[in-house]
Amino acid sequence: MKKYTFPLGGIHINKHKRSSGLAIIPAGLPETVYIPIRQHIGSPAKILVKKGDKVKVGTLLADADGVVSADIHSSVSGEVIKIDDIIDDSGYPSTMIVIKVEGDDYEPSIDRSPDIIRDIKDDKETIIKKIQASGIVGMGGAGFPTPIKVTLPKGKKAEYLILNGIECEAYLTADDRLMVEKAEEIIIGAKILNKALGIQNAIIAIDENKPEAIKVLSELTRRYVGVNVRVCKSKYPQGAEKQLIKAITGREVPSRGLPIDVGCVVQNVGTAYAVYEAVQKNKPLFERVVTVSGDDAVDNPANYLVRVGTPASFLIKRSCSDTSRIGKIIFGGAMMGTAAVNSDAPITKLTSGVLLLNDLDAQKPQETACIRCGKCVEACPMGLRPFAIASAIKNNDDLNELRRLHTLDCIECGSCAYTCPAKIPLLDYCKLGKIELRKQK
Amino acid sequence: MLKISTAPHLNSPLSTRGIMGHVIIAMLPLAFMSIAYFGISALEVIITSVAGCVLFEYLISRYLMKVPNSTRDLSAVVTGLLLAFNLPAGMPIWMTLVGCLIAIGVAKMAFGGIGKNLFNPALVGRVFLFISFPVQMTHWIKPDLFHFMNLDAQTAATPLGILKHMDALSTASQHHLPQYWEMFVGYTGGSLGEVSTAAILLGFIYMLWKKIIGWEIPVYYIGTFLIFIGIHWLLTGETRYEPMTHILSGGLMLGAVFMATDYTTSPMTRRGRIIFAIGCGFLTYIIRIYSVYPEGVSFAILIMNAFVPIIDMTCIPRVFGSKERK
Repeated sequence: MKKYTFPLGGIHINKHKRSSGLAIIPAGLPETVYIPIRQHIGSPAKILVKKGDKVKVGTLLADADGVVSADIHSSVSGEVIKIDDIIDDSGYPSTMIVIKVEGDDYEPSIDRSPDIIRDIKDDKETIIKKIQASGIVGMGGAGFPTPIKVTLPKGKKAEYLILNGIECEAYLTADDRLMVEKAEEIIIGAKILNKALGIQNAIIAIDENKPEAIKVLSELTRRYVGVNVRVCKSKYPQGAEKQLIKAITGREVPSRGLPIDVGCVVQNVGTAYAVYEAVQKNKPLFERVVTVSGDDAVDNPANYLVRVGTPASFLIKRSCSDTSRIGKIIFGGAMMGTAAVNSDAPITKLTSGVLLLNDLDAQKPQETACIRCGKCVEACPMGLRPFAIASAIKNNDDLNELRRLHTLDCIECGSCAYTCPAKIPLLDYCKLGKIELRKQK
Repeated sequence: MLKISTAPHLNSPLSTRGIMGHVIIAMLPLAFMSIAYFGISALEVIITSVAGCVLFEYLISRYLMKVPNSTRDLSAVVTGLLLAFNLPAGMPIWMTLVGCLIAIGVAKMAFGGIGKNLFNPALVGRVFLFISFPVQMTHWIKPDLFHFMNLDAQTAATPLGILKHMDALSTASQHHLPQYWEMFVGYTGGSLGEVSTAAILLGFIYMLWKKIIGWEIPVYYIGTFLIFIGIHWLLTGETRYEPMTHILSGGLMLGAVFMATDYTTSPMTRRGRIIFAIGCGFLTYIIRIYSVYPEGVSFAILIMNAFVPIIDMTCIPRVFGSKERK
């Protein structure tokens, strides 16, 4: 079978996929959930509830504020006990709706039957409306509101819909398990997205390190005309949008451009599943699959189905018997994730994993002098020169030089910093450069 | 206590110290072969050179530059070994130490230490000694397998030295030129690191396996040299230009595998490295054939070292999604 990949840069990382064979299990209900009103790129949603309100699973809590925003729904039934600014995984305060859990009553509009609904009755406009009303955002981590992505700008035509099932990050297996267990739903989700985009074909791209998902989806797609599986080489960052498009279509998204500029729309497989549930089952996005993993700090790695707003500590207790061993908690993957300041930060629509590192792995290695080996240049999938960006920053934020070096094209995959033998935090310098350049506008 | 830090939370297991460690392992077969052929006088040069380089780097970093001791990264050991490989067995200890001081003090630390030097430190040390002490630097002991205490050994000319003084009508047998297999395994005169092509290839394979260096520099370097000398040989038909002898003897293999591949003094991109290697190969040919020296590897690499900043400025990758090279 032909294996696709991107030609420029990239690295091979130890994937640590301890939880890849483990079925998705419900995490259960915590006593209290903390639901942030901003779980996406753009403006925070407008709060519709107040303290003392009773809510059900799926009740709209906050309404999208403007185009670049997303609806927020309750993930539990119970009583709103507080609306407050609480520290989230980034370490910054974020407005959250705090709900005390009572029972598990769903909104009656949600279809909870286990049947798969294959027939897509809704037309294009209704589909986009339902996606909008379900608060769906890109679940790969960027959190870009999905309704905008499926509403094509004037004059642009989509040719490819690519479902991203690469999951090239270390430790994470949430998408992998979802593809194995909800394969048909994901394919129907792709057909729904096809209808919204007005095209006939969809490609599901899967990393070669997921043989079970490849097998299940390849067999099922035979029954669905226009949906095809493509296997990609196991290389980091194969799951990055631009690198995936290059691998599958050979097209390059122009510098600072969007995928639609080359006729592509990329959606995470988790997003496609959420679209299926929203359109066919009337179910808003209030839960997601979260991988809890790590090395020796984790006794039972797992793939949990988690209600949004569940504190990470609730999951950690289930997977780790001795929390004193934990040196670092990462929200997301080990390459691009955020180190959380406390274990009570809530799971959001974007949390693909909670990784627990031991004290030793949590240490950043000592930085030494650059030996000009060029490994960062070789590793960069965008063709940048991270070492030069770092020296431009050290050289009093030389903005002209940063611009000349295309710093804003950095996709922040961290390949440079990973590969550096001198352990220079090259990604930090690239991020700093981007911040300095954006200040100028 | 939870630690927080920026991404990525994973790092490659390879550190600068680890890389240097692998390079040292790759050089061990060659060190062993040189001791096997030249005995105690080779061991003496190796120990003096490594100890001298480490000591000078320690003293200079601690007491002159007043920075933390930089010898922990093992790069001084690599420089010491490389310098030893460029010296003849039986080199007087004090001269070897002068070479160490020039290599570490002038070529490396004066530029700011590891990563900042323009020229390969070991080669600068060698060239300084070569110009200062030409007699001792060309006093080649005849290799004699496993005669360790061979202190008053015979001297022998290097194969390249023999070729240089051949005239157009000579044949190989008239000048006692060694067989190819002798040069490959190590039975020829020369400096410590020139003795065995086989040991160098072993080190090359090890470094490729551990992904320490790419194949480009050694292959393009030797390939370019082979093409030029081959054409020259075919056109003249003279034994002294015979390509196999030129490749198997002298410092070409040593230079191409261990010296031209030095990270700091070679270009950072693949394209740059290829240009650099082709330049090295061409200059080695020019110097070996047209200059008064029998050997041209050190000068060729040093000259190309000087071009590295320009090559790095020109050979830059194409930014994804843009047509220009920036």
